[in-house]
Amino acid sequence: MLTDFSLKWDKFIINFIDKGGYKQVLTGLEHTITVAVLGLIIGMVIGIVIAIISVMPKYPVLPYKMQRVYDRFLSKFPKNPALRIITLYYVFFAIMWVLQRIPVILQKICSLYVALFRGTPVMVQLLLGYFVLFPSMGIKITAVQASIIIFGLNSGAYVSEIMRGGINSVDVGQLEAARAVGFSYSSSMIKIVVPQAVKNILPTLGNEFIALIKETSIIGYAGALDLVYAFKQIGTSTYEYTVPYIVLSVIYIALVVIITAALKIMERWLAKSDRRN
Amino acid sequence: MIDVIELHKSFGKNEVLKGITTTISEGEKVVIIGASGSGKSTFLRCLNCMEDPTSGSIIFEGEDIANIHVDINRHREKIGMVFQQFNLFNNKTVLDNVMLAPYCLGKKKLKALKKDPAYNGPKTAKELKAVCREDAIRLLKRVGLEEKADAYPSTLSGGQKQRVAIARALAMNPKVMLFDEPTSALDPEMVGEVLELMKELAKEGMTMVIVTHEMGFAKEVATRVIFIDGGKIAEEGTPEEFFGAPKCPALKDFLSKVL
Repeated sequence: MLTDFSLKWDKFIINFIDKGGYKQVLTGLEHTITVAVLGLIIGMVIGIVIAIISVMPKYPVLPYKMQRVYDRFLSKFPKNPALRIITLYYVFFAIMWVLQRIPVILQKICSLYVALFRGTPVMVQLLLGYFVLFPSMGIKITAVQASIIIFGLNSGAYVSEIMRGGINSVDVGQLEAARAVGFSYSSSMIKIVVPQAVKNILPTLGNEFIALIKETSIIGYAGALDLVYAFKQIGTSTYEYTVPYIVLSVIYIALVVIITAALKIMERWLAKSDRRN
Repeated sequence: MIDVIELHKSFGKNEVLKGITTTISEGEKVVIIGASGSGKSTFLRCLNCMEDPTSGSIIFEGEDIANIHVDINRHREKIGMVFQQFNLFNNKTVLDNVMLAPYCLGKKKLKALKKDPAYNGPKTAKELKAVCREDAIRLLKRVGLEEKADAYPSTLSGGQKQRVAIARALAMNPKVMLFDEPTSALDPEMVGEVLELMKELAKEGMTMVIVTHEMGFAKEVATRVIFIDGGKIAEEGTPEEFFGAPKCPALKDFLSKVL
């Protein structure tokens, strides 16, 4: 058994170092990390935007500047219904009706987005995106770029729900205090509420990142060279998979351990305004 | 300064304010008292549209701020508010808490201001920041918390937090200050320091509207006391006649309980 393993190990070393397999592994590592990191960044941006939209007050109201334009415009239209049709009064009215309901409409769009991306496996999204949607739209991108976009969109759906919980966990008094000194809703959210929310959800977000880095192991199906793909090739060339797959697992474990440590440091750094440190 | 006309506020089917009409003039110190659930806090929160009134108007500087199409943020800068739970920004230091609003909101106005030839204030964001910082330190000195400038709110005591909150409200140079039970969440020994600060403010002529249970403070500082019962002003008057010879039976009952 042991001699058997050392034989396999020698085979792996020959392939990995002498035949240059490590170059592919390095590229694979790079792609895995790029997809996971950029995916998470895109996901966080999308997630924060969706979360803010979903906690926005829902009553129909135009921003005050638009309302003035609206009032001035409407007062200039004739009162006669026939003339109103000709002067596109109703078209204008309909546009304004939609604009007034932008929060509600955005919320509907966002919940559809979340339902779509949480409802399908990320592999299906990747295959559909890379082989069907992007080519049909005439977009020419590499498999890695497609993976970044798909993973970003996918994790955006998950992060938005995490983020919504985070925003709800911040005391409503924080928002009130920011509004009371004259900040608008959006700047109060961005300056005061979201930073505190991000701090609260950091452990969960770390979880998402760890899940993401492992989920990227499927990008090989779109032809992207990632860690799994690289080690598979090493295995294929010798028909010997034991060692490559063990080494692959060790690399994933190492990645996750590093991320965990980095998150701990970040958490401590962000907790400087906390009492418990 | 603030004219409140027929103010109504309902939460769903629960009508909290049932038509309040009053005027708060410049320099006045109005103390609002009432049993819990009578609507006194809601009334105060309606004054800067923290709660949007269901109907009625609130005329501040000639504009009806109860109208949702008015730019409320511009008016809120001139109406300071101090909360029961302090609500300091937990992710900012004490100094940042005080200077955040003047700096960030001032930066936005800078562009428009620079076009005005008569304007001779700070011209760049950097200069503005220095000015705001100076102002903030001056205010912190005034509330006696200069040495806490770089501390985070979580390390302060309740009384200190409330003093920082007052400094934060003052940083915008408000025309009127609203106090929503500023001492109710404090330990008894810290109530004094906050009330002392509020008395100083009152002496300097700040217009103040205060919801409180501190009757001694009301007697000493108020120029007018309003008793709210069942969403309406049941009685109002100077502290002497208000506490000396209450007319309304609900007020007599209330005073017998709290005094």
